[in-house]
Amino acid sequence: MQSPTETTAPETDQNGPLEGYNFAFLDEQTKRMIRRSLLKAVAIPGFQVPFGSREIPLPYGWGTGGIQITASIIGPDDTLKVIDQGADDTTNAVSIRSFFSKTAGAATTTRTDEATVIQTRHRIPETPLAEGQIMVYQVPLPEPLVFIEPSRTETEKMHALMEYGAMQVKLYEDIAKHDRIMTGFDYPVQVAGRYVMSPSPIPKFDNPKMDRMPALQLFGAGREKRIYAVPPYTEVRSLDFEDYPFEVESWEMSCALCGATESYLDEIITDDKGGTMHVCSDTDYCRQRREGGQDGR
Amino acid sequence: MSARTPITAGNAGKGDKMGDEALLTVTNLCKTYGPQLGCEGVGFAMHPGEVLGIVGESGSGKSTLLGCLSGQLRATSGTVVYQAACGAVDMIRSPEQLVRRVIRTEMGIVHQNPRDGLRMHVSAGGNIGERLMANGERHYGGIRRKAMAWLERVEIGADRVDDIPAHFSGGMQQRLQIARNLITNPRLIFMDEPTSGLDVSVQARVLDIMRHLVTQLSLSMVIVTHDLAVARLLAHRLLVMRAGRVVEEGLTDQILDDPQHPYTQLLVSSVLAH
Repeated sequence: MQSPTETTAPETDQNGPLEGYNFAFLDEQTKRMIRRSLLKAVAIPGFQVPFGSREIPLPYGWGTGGIQITASIIGPDDTLKVIDQGADDTTNAVSIRSFFSKTAGAATTTRTDEATVIQTRHRIPETPLAEGQIMVYQVPLPEPLVFIEPSRTETEKMHALMEYGAMQVKLYEDIAKHDRIMTGFDYPVQVAGRYVMSPSPIPKFDNPKMDRMPALQLFGAGREKRIYAVPPYTEVRSLDFEDYPFEVESWEMSCALCGATESYLDEIITDDKGGTMHVCSDTDYCRQRREGGQDGR
Repeated sequence: MSARTPITAGNAGKGDKMGDEALLTVTNLCKTYGPQLGCEGVGFAMHPGEVLGIVGESGSGKSTLLGCLSGQLRATSGTVVYQAACGAVDMIRSPEQLVRRVIRTEMGIVHQNPRDGLRMHVSAGGNIGERLMANGERHYGGIRRKAMAWLERVEIGADRVDDIPAHFSGGMQQRLQIARNLITNPRLIFMDEPTSGLDVSVQARVLDIMRHLVTQLSLSMVIVTHDLAVARLLAHRLLVMRAGRVVEEGLTDQILDDPQHPYTQLLVSSVLAH
């Protein structure tokens, strides 16, 4: 988390930051404010810390919260990876990567093991993360209780007093309607036995990866102006019922490209005659396996 | 105000280790809304198994008083002490966490408008089961079984367990509210005009269910109503309110048959029809 202390515009060299902008786009005051919120968030795992979210040259819902966190923690020595739907080559991932490469001169990568900061939407990489890495999640709706209790004043009180019966009502409704817990993404978790937290729209397949993860996990919701965090090696438990325990999705098929059976698969439409194929949603993981000689055929 | 002596109703304290100890003790309760008076100088003691009616015209402070007693409103001055299973709890000055836990586990509130008391987009089963889940129950099958049993007890078919309250009639919504509150076996129930939005035959059915449940479960109940027939049917004891003050207090039959205060006399004579 290195960051320059000067507020003057850095010099431009071949790989250096863009002239006329502050390092990593945000001004130093804003970054300090966000870092203070981050420290508070790390100190109270799962608690939503309000922060003064700034305007970002990106529409709400495209990752303004994540970008502000990344901008506040990235330093000249960091290597950034950005994932959107598990892929490194989608529009949003490419443009956020190039945004930081321009404004912070940061090195970028698509390899999970090389990255020090990974900004993500929808997925946690299949490659296990290590100590020293930071996951930055883009969160659209930080309040897990909002579906059952629309009042922010009331949900804050419910968090403060640990009144989480209403969250269980949502899961009850799922089972009553569909005979199983249908919530497939943004599946509510309880952090360190205290706060109930929205894990952002990752599939519940990725929920177990959050539990006791060696990497630091930071969550930013730009429009809702909330930051929260899960420190390394913190317990993250998915809510469930005794007779309907939490379970992750599984597939009968394997990845058509690399043959992986343990990874999260996307269904890709290949023609207009109903042809589809299933491939890893984590493109980096899929590439690694193929380079390692694995084959889907 | 006529002389106040705590009167214990017939079935009060039956099988209850509390015996003669008051369940709810209110002294000199006052609630103002800025310069506007809600209620003032209210005091009474309520015993286990007792049903207390609060009657009076619109704007007389009935709902304000109920709000202060049930923790929905913060009284301006005075005390409300509830004898909880864990000991006496000052409902006005205790930490919010404790007060909310006591309300969640030992009390119930049935609102005049079911929309205030129910989650309208959550199924009947979810509505009834919410309190169980809030108190830590995590067995879906068990919660559902109990919810269905309670639907039957308030005379709603168990097959309606997955329907949302918006698809229920007004009377059913009110009965659903009762079930939602009673599932955790509370000791004290607050009812704010529970039957005022219902037509006469539906009213009778809801009242009948309430009367049965109160005796079966030896519940204590505070019921606010402007309908003296409802008060006569359910309440053992009455408080008559006017302009924020209690003007008369006593046994229901005594007050309705032999009212002392001029306002009570007026109130009783205005509904002589039945």
